[in-house]
Amino acid sequence: MVDKLLEVKNLRVELQTKDGVVPVIDDLSFDLDYGESLSFVGESGCGKSMTALALMGLLPEKVGRIASGSIKFEGRQLANASSEDLRKIRGNEISMIFQEPMTSLNPVLSVGEQISEVLRLHQKMSVNSAWKRAEDLLDAVNIPDPKRRVHDYPFQMSGGQRQRVMIAMALACEPKILIADEPTTALDVTVQAQIFGLLKDLQTKTGTSIILITHDMGAVAQMARKMIVMYAGRPCEIGEVAQVIKTPQHPYTTGLISCVPHLDDAIIDANNRLSEIPGIVPSLREFGSNKCLFASRCKHQMEQCRAERPVLAQFSNKQAFACWKREIIDAG
Amino acid sequence: MMDRKTENSEYLEQASSPSAEAWEMFKRNHAAMAGLVILFVITIGSIFGPLIYPTDPFDMVWAPFSPPGEEGYLFGTDYLGRDLLAMVIHGARVSLVIGLSAAIVSIFIGVTIGALAGFYRGYIEEILMRVTEFFQVLPTLLFSMVIVALFGASLTMITIAIGIVSWTAVARITRSEFLRIRELEYVMASRASGVSNTKLMFGIILPNALPPIIVQSALMVGSAILFEAGLSFLGLTDPNVVSWGQIIGSNRQYILDASYTVTIPGIAIFVTVLAISLVGDGLNDALNPKLRAR
Repeated sequence: MVDKLLEVKNLRVELQTKDGVVPVIDDLSFDLDYGESLSFVGESGCGKSMTALALMGLLPEKVGRIASGSIKFEGRQLANASSEDLRKIRGNEISMIFQEPMTSLNPVLSVGEQISEVLRLHQKMSVNSAWKRAEDLLDAVNIPDPKRRVHDYPFQMSGGQRQRVMIAMALACEPKILIADEPTTALDVTVQAQIFGLLKDLQTKTGTSIILITHDMGAVAQMARKMIVMYAGRPCEIGEVAQVIKTPQHPYTTGLISCVPHLDDAIIDANNRLSEIPGIVPSLREFGSNKCLFASRCKHQMEQCRAERPVLAQFSNKQAFACWKREIIDAG
Repeated sequence: MMDRKTENSEYLEQASSPSAEAWEMFKRNHAAMAGLVILFVITIGSIFGPLIYPTDPFDMVWAPFSPPGEEGYLFGTDYLGRDLLAMVIHGARVSLVIGLSAAIVSIFIGVTIGALAGFYRGYIEEILMRVTEFFQVLPTLLFSMVIVALFGASLTMITIAIGIVSWTAVARITRSEFLRIRELEYVMASRASGVSNTKLMFGIILPNALPPIIVQSALMVGSAILFEAGLSFLGLTDPNVVSWGQIIGSNRQYILDASYTVTIPGIAIFVTVLAISLVGDGLNDALNPKLRAR
């Protein structure tokens, strides 16, 4: 059997907090194929970024750990792999771009030095050829006049340009997976569209798989084929993007989608207000308890929701979700 | 007043790198530039002075205690009739070299210990910081006197002794900068691109931690010169080399009869340390982005 590119099974990540051990990722399973794109969606603090850090082996030292489950990358076990092995994979086979382009680049090195650094590290390139490649990469991410800009320092670039440099750095070694953790949150809307266009473009050229972490439903619709909706560290709905957006099953997914204004849909309620999900994400103390963590904010909640954690059930249309009230929602 | 566009483009042209930008700032600070010029003159003097004024500082050239200017001896002679000008010129080299190399020793120790403590945290930090505190509470002059007394008063030993007693401030500054910078996003991004711990520490974090370390180092050269003067004053020095502190030390009994023998090398030390302090302050202003934003 051919190994999947990435196969995550029953992943559980625990954080040590002052209130004890908290599972910030609780029983997450998914897989990713070559060239595929997958998106994690959810509110702040739902475990999206933790998933990315767990995949990279970058959980906060001494605080976070992978408690159980497996992460297999081309058949290689990454969960609790040695830091030496992980280091060879990071930046080379799996790379990552971060949310804040303003602070994600080293201020004392020119962007050329930072890009060629990665190439020299993983591809053992010479200084000159790495520099040449850095210029090509800047050109590939549409930075005008790359021969001159390669000498620039981060403070001489705009936010969008810096994020392009981050993308150039992340793609320098032609990784098999690119993890983009809210890559456009800090950028202007017009620049956001450009960055997504660029990512999509580069994906078709290089065949890189992309894991996009976001809370922006529009970005998901544009970028990904498959999506996983996370809530309080648990996956609550998994499926094809088009399908999930059209027929969301979990009340949380429904809520998330109806929070976004649509051009052609009347999602405005009787009071002429955009709908929202009432309440807030439960505190870390409640994570891991045997109940539906969304119940307190859910209008469909019932006795069972507070007594037992709903299992993630797969349906015939390959959509999977974790809710006790599935038939009723299905019908209504 | 320039309109915004030209001002901005000029800024971009000038500031080609963070260090170039800092130099621009430094140049605007007149006191610091004055310090730099004085320091430059003293350094050149210490290097080429003995060639231009080759009188041996140990030669007894004239009667003792001849006041400055008499018999063509610009600074006069000391209690043994040695030419004080020759002594000050030749002594500059020793004072500067000891000041500089003692500062290098203490920066090396301080940065290594501070970087390891700040980067690895946990028990490594605990142990290293307790060691740092131990050295911090030692009476520095006494401890260095013990080292020099035990291992001999050679220039190397004096340099090491000064280095060993003065690295704690550097270690603490380095550690606190590392604690701050290691949590920044670009460090995480470098980690995510597979950079090793050693490279992270010395290639990524240290260059960003350098500004306060540079400032501290500059000031440390000044205090090392003073320290060496103090040790020489107490006689803990190599009697076969002249340094400013040693001139003061050997003439100290005659301070009331021939005050110039002590005053002149004292002024040399004062001017040098002052120049270094001015440069250090200038560096602080130029490298500290918070002050720059003001």
